[in-house]
Amino acid sequence: MIARDPWSKLSRHTPARIALGRTGASLPTEEVLRFALAHAQARDAVHTPFDAARVEEEVRGLGFSTLRAESAAQARDVYLRRPDLGRRLSDESRTRLAQAAGEPVDLVLVVADGLSSAAVHAHTLPFLAALKARITDAGWTTAPVVIASQARVALGDEVGHLLKARAVALLVGERPGLSSPDSLGLYLTYNPKPGRSDAERNCISNVRPEGLAYDLAAFKLAWHIREAFARQITGVELKDESDLLLETGLPPLHLGAR
Amino acid sequence: MAHVHRIGAKSFVFSDLKDLMAKATPPRSGDMLAGIAAATAEENVAARMCLADLPLKTFLAEPLVPYEGDEVTRLILDSHDGAAFAPVSAMTVGDFRDFLLSPAATPEVLAALAPGLMPEMAAAVSKIMRNQDLILAARKCRVVTRFRNTIGLPGTMAVRLQPNHPTDDAAGVSAAILDGLLYGCGDAVIGINPASDSVPVIDRLLKLMDEIISRFEIPTQSCVLTHITTAIALMDRGAPVDLVFQSIAGTEGANRSFGIDLKLLAEGTDAARSLKRGTVGQNAMYFETGQGSALSAGAHHGVDQQTLEARAYGVARAFDPLLVNTVVGFIGPEYLYDGKQIIRAGLEDHFCGKLLGVPLGVDVCYTNHAEADQDDMDTLLTLLGAAGVTYIMGIPGADDVMLNYQSTSFHDALYIREVLGLKRAPEFEAWLEKMDITGTDGRLLPADARHPLLGYVVERAA
Repeated sequence: MIARDPWSKLSRHTPARIALGRTGASLPTEEVLRFALAHAQARDAVHTPFDAARVEEEVRGLGFSTLRAESAAQARDVYLRRPDLGRRLSDESRTRLAQAAGEPVDLVLVVADGLSSAAVHAHTLPFLAALKARITDAGWTTAPVVIASQARVALGDEVGHLLKARAVALLVGERPGLSSPDSLGLYLTYNPKPGRSDAERNCISNVRPEGLAYDLAAFKLAWHIREAFARQITGVELKDESDLLLETGLPPLHLGAR
Repeated sequence: MAHVHRIGAKSFVFSDLKDLMAKATPPRSGDMLAGIAAATAEENVAARMCLADLPLKTFLAEPLVPYEGDEVTRLILDSHDGAAFAPVSAMTVGDFRDFLLSPAATPEVLAALAPGLMPEMAAAVSKIMRNQDLILAARKCRVVTRFRNTIGLPGTMAVRLQPNHPTDDAAGVSAAILDGLLYGCGDAVIGINPASDSVPVIDRLLKLMDEIISRFEIPTQSCVLTHITTAIALMDRGAPVDLVFQSIAGTEGANRSFGIDLKLLAEGTDAARSLKRGTVGQNAMYFETGQGSALSAGAHHGVDQQTLEARAYGVARAFDPLLVNTVVGFIGPEYLYDGKQIIRAGLEDHFCGKLLGVPLGVDVCYTNHAEADQDDMDTLLTLLGAAGVTYIMGIPGADDVMLNYQSTSFHDALYIREVLGLKRAPEFEAWLEKMDITGTDGRLLPADARHPLLGYVVERAA
């Protein structure tokens, strides 16, 4: 009864649901149920609580100092309905970060749970390990890494402003997909301050072993940071041409001078 | 000016026109987030009653977003066609609904009326229409556009083939394109959302699609959905750009948050047309929109999200696009909370776009943090098919592995064609038959392992 598609061997090139076969116009039973299961798992990923303490410990283990912050959204359901609250620090966190601020720095890193704590749990440690080498290589000064709960991307603007950073790089759990419940996104904003628009950021998406590998993502982010400092801008006017530096598909160990 | 409506002993006061519009809008989370929604169910209906009594021409005199500070308002008012508006100029919003549903509102009459309608008028009347009204009236609106095929003819529905891949891998993208074509999809456009903003990567994707389209003489067009400035830069380098894409919104401020303005859209349109890559027409733009984008950008001026969405269609129509689609459930539950709100918004957006003369398709979709599932999408797809939607998305298994959301699948397209007897763009339908992908009835033929498309993709992936 099922018409099979004779191109199923192409499935090895993509996680997309190709060559599913059909019965008439419709999906085979097996595929309908496989999809329902994936959806159920992604729904669960959205609601898994963020283990900020564990992530903080891992980041410290890399030799970074850390700070904790919470957004103004106190609970998950509030966070989902009120993105404005997820973009602002709680009053208490604002005070804490303001008190912790030291001399101006080049960069502050923020780890934000976003919509997938699973992504942040899985990828913060290996990604920051790869990035740390490039930060050291470039000689950028950094503020403590901020571990932020119930946080959206724009929260980084306020954090970067309070910690007097020339740029903020924010790691965030991306909206979970059926095939990628744990995808990490990276957002870079030059001269962060509340009120920055999304057109003023650069985004590197889908950081995970099955997507953009850690070392390649770290290279791309470092390339963007260097360009942002040189041109004093991020956003739509800063185009990603980092691929031009790849050597047989691999990132160079040192960015070198621009 | 304040608007007052009395129900029995109660008086409902709406401080101005935008307050009235917001409170008359069927409930949705985005307007609640903005703090502009009706406080009670009764106030919501009182606002609709009040709105029904409002003369349509009020919108010409009282811009919801100030003329001086917003170029979208200036575009809408400066391009308003008073002669086209004349036949309905004496009507109230309520009269206008009655007119739209009457036999007097024929496809020809509605097409002639479109340049005389402001987006705000379309939004206003939609607020007092039930879902069935939105379907019936939209079905009477005909919007036909052309590039390498003809989209929007009565009895047809097109599909955007969306072969996204999380790392823009050439073999992965090609495999999904093959899957879609062999399922009879891709007449609206083969359109890739790239994971990367990298100019060389996008250039490579454009060439990949151009080669498949040229090699097999497919009567369709391609697009990489990147920022318009990137597309302009690529055209300068001689890249094979068919359609130029851009996300747009209904206020100047929201467009600025996308890094665009009207001048830039005009520049992109001119650049695309100058390449003359269309064979049967030169509708060269592809726009995406979605309720909530202006609020998300902090540029909503206290106006409800559905009205601002209609204004985005006012922006779109100034550039004669081939395709425009609302990405209705993509933006998330803070704007459209659940299946019910997504379904309502999809029907509103489609109706408003068509009434304004825009070739409106719908990305029937939801995210994993919204209260919705495939059953809701089946419902909306079926309703939109009945409403004559211009096109929908086709994604392998409905799962977009790059953008992380669920839309409609190649199978869903086959389903709706089967149930409603909808054909594809005629040039594409003929190509599928010539390629032995479909039979004379438009249904898929059994797949052949020796099909030349399959051989081509396997060979290149090796």
